[in-house]
Amino acid sequence: MELRPILSALMRSKVSMILIGLQVALTLAIVCNALFIIGQRLDRMDRPSGVNESDTFTFSSSGFGEGFDARAVMKSDLEVMRQVPGVVSVATTNSVPMSDGGWGEGISLKPDQKTSTAGTAFYLVNDSAVQTFGLNLIGGRDFKPEEVQDVTFGDRPQPEVIIVTQALSEKMFPEGGALGKQVYLTGDKPSTVIGIVERMQQPWMSSDEVEYSTLAPVYMTYGNSSRYLVRTEPGRRDEVMKAVEQKLAEVNPSRIIGKLKSMQDFRADAYASDRAMTIILGTVIFALLAITALGIVGMASFWVAQRTRQIGTRRALGATKFDILRYFHTENFIITSLGLVLGAILAYAFSLWMMQTYQSPKLPWYYVPIGFLCLWALGQIAVLGPAVRASRVPPAIATRSV
Amino acid sequence: MFSYYLQLGLRSLKRNPVLTALMVIGIGLGIAASMTTLTVLHLMGSDPIPWKSDKLHYVQLDNWDVNQPYYDDGRPPDQVTYRDAMALMTAGKADKQSAMYKLSLPVQPENPEIKPFRALGRVAYTDFFGMFEPPFRFGSPWGASEDASHARVIVLGKEINEKLFGGQDSVGKSVRLDGNDYRVVGVLDDWKLRFRYYDVTNGAFADPDEFFIPFTTAIDLKQRASGNNSCFSPSGDGWDAYLDSDCVWIQMWAQLDSAQRLDEYKSFLDNYVNEQKKLGRFQRPLNNRLLDVNGWMADQEVVSRDMEVQTGLAFAFLVVCLVNTVGLLLAKFTRKAGEIGLRRALGASRREVFSQYMIESGVVGLSGGVLGLLLTGLGLIAVRALYSEYKTVAHLDWTMTGLTIVLAIAAALLAGIYPTWRACRVQPAAQLKV
Repeated sequence: MELRPILSALMRSKVSMILIGLQVALTLAIVCNALFIIGQRLDRMDRPSGVNESDTFTFSSSGFGEGFDARAVMKSDLEVMRQVPGVVSVATTNSVPMSDGGWGEGISLKPDQKTSTAGTAFYLVNDSAVQTFGLNLIGGRDFKPEEVQDVTFGDRPQPEVIIVTQALSEKMFPEGGALGKQVYLTGDKPSTVIGIVERMQQPWMSSDEVEYSTLAPVYMTYGNSSRYLVRTEPGRRDEVMKAVEQKLAEVNPSRIIGKLKSMQDFRADAYASDRAMTIILGTVIFALLAITALGIVGMASFWVAQRTRQIGTRRALGATKFDILRYFHTENFIITSLGLVLGAILAYAFSLWMMQTYQSPKLPWYYVPIGFLCLWALGQIAVLGPAVRASRVPPAIATRSV
Repeated sequence: MFSYYLQLGLRSLKRNPVLTALMVIGIGLGIAASMTTLTVLHLMGSDPIPWKSDKLHYVQLDNWDVNQPYYDDGRPPDQVTYRDAMALMTAGKADKQSAMYKLSLPVQPENPEIKPFRALGRVAYTDFFGMFEPPFRFGSPWGASEDASHARVIVLGKEINEKLFGGQDSVGKSVRLDGNDYRVVGVLDDWKLRFRYYDVTNGAFADPDEFFIPFTTAIDLKQRASGNNSCFSPSGDGWDAYLDSDCVWIQMWAQLDSAQRLDEYKSFLDNYVNEQKKLGRFQRPLNNRLLDVNGWMADQEVVSRDMEVQTGLAFAFLVVCLVNTVGLLLAKFTRKAGEIGLRRALGASRREVFSQYMIESGVVGLSGGVLGLLLTGLGLIAVRALYSEYKTVAHLDWTMTGLTIVLAIAAALLAGIYPTWRACRVQPAAQLKV
């Protein structure tokens, strides 16, 4: 391998080498960290909510004026909606996962506990909610219609029975056996755990314990507002949304039907900033790789032009086309490698800064080696064009004087 | 001479269109990425009310659970209880003060052709208008007497006035909200709030308030807040128990016109809390805070971390683009060694060669800046599409436009210094040999 001549040629154009190396280094540092951030966001966006998202939608109905009987309207609304073709199940709930608005409550094992055992989302639902949300009941039973309490707005709901998520049951009872146990929510009256669902996220996506949720069989209007949840036959959601809105407006005009929103839209909104971050960082990565590749092409082309005579001389002295190709590829490999070593340091420094400033997790070790492979490949591909041009330099050029 | 060099530069750039395009695109992309993110960061982080942000103070008291702080790091709750808000309003120790909360009410238009709808509003005292200075199109705020008499009066936002009264002067007319009639006393003009800094707890970038009604009136009518409400112990049943509870759901602002007033207010708050401690409330250590607008924005991290990270990465990207440009300019100028040698031999001084090539770099920078400005515009459109809540902070203003061009030229000149310096050192004799 003819490393010596390559190195000595490089030493004569140190600045260009440093420039390309620096570019490669910065590219590696940025790409590794940006990819890591993208990976974290994709993981976050991938978290299951535990509820049926494709065929479910929710909306609020607020009555106004004296004499609006929210409870009676709710009962008749549920009946009316059940009759709409395409509706599989309807329920009332105070909130839904990923909506960013809801009731948070402390849950304790003893009535006089000083600090609660866990924080939980508190979903006030009726007896058809588990089915309508499409929750996976993995233990115990669902609520019965007679268990649903009517609570006046402003009063404390103190449910006798509750259903909790598996994550919350394991937090409260690490030994297992949560079913039938009594816990304390809003007051000193105990609530018995009668069911466990596999998963149901809280409304707040930034929550540290996003799967700590509790369902309580309580009907409580917020002023004169109720929130409904509707599950439709697969593929008929949008059509049913229109039909339900129309039907409810017909049966009772003295109210406002809030915007009907599908669970898919809740998901899209909840993760909008994560999605934006991945798109923006993805664009930066792409532009960065393009600029670096073009920079290598530009610099290599310049070197080829500058060394045309030397190349001709080498060819005249017996070097094959392949030897010339290999020369430029090796040269690029050396420069890229030097850049990558510096880049690895920069990548970890950047990661350290992110850890200190934003408490981000540490950059996993494998990002940098993978980045090495990618940038080596990028460099070799970028230099290919100029190198091929170099290999086509005719030996005769060495003998020409101008 | 400048225009001659400019011509030479342009001609030279035309001679290598590919190389020139590479440099211009490189600078353009780098500038666009940095300026897009910087614009958003700048508008998010800039003072929302610069002429008095140091006078407006957000009041925080620590009435929280003795066993558990509100924030894990010990900061007090970001809202106050009804009891405390009332006590502070009654004492009236600040130059201006207003307790406030967010609510959402059904609006029932008289005109049967307009369907009833829900509107987001704010419950506040008359000083709200004096403190945050929304512009009035018609009428005026309600006064202290309306606060005292729990009057059913309302100030409408521009949009809701458009919807209900076709944008006409509606002062004196009546609006029905949730079954109650309110008399319009004022209508706001376009209130260009970049973000709702007076209630970041319920989202600085959330939808704007559409109407305002007196605090005292809303409490009379038992209108619950629709914003954040936090309790550390059960509040008890009913409205009165709720008002009497330690639940926090009200934002409290005080305007204090001088440092002395601020000190006085601080000691007033300390005294108040110490008095309350005697009654068994406020069991945590004294932890009152009076942050000004910018302090409160920083505390609540209104500038999103994502935006900071994006800006950091964008500037690193700009550095890469610059390094790239240095390399390309170096290649270009080195190639012209023969030409430079000839010019030097014919009597051009180093200085003249230097200014010629710096001007050429500047032309690249200017072109890159124009391209960058265009791409920044596109970038901001993309940001608005990706982050629907940042509509108000993803706009190019004149400062940022100027900064974009200046940054691009400065970047290109910086990139051009080393290659130009190298070009100047060309030995005429070495180049003229055949």
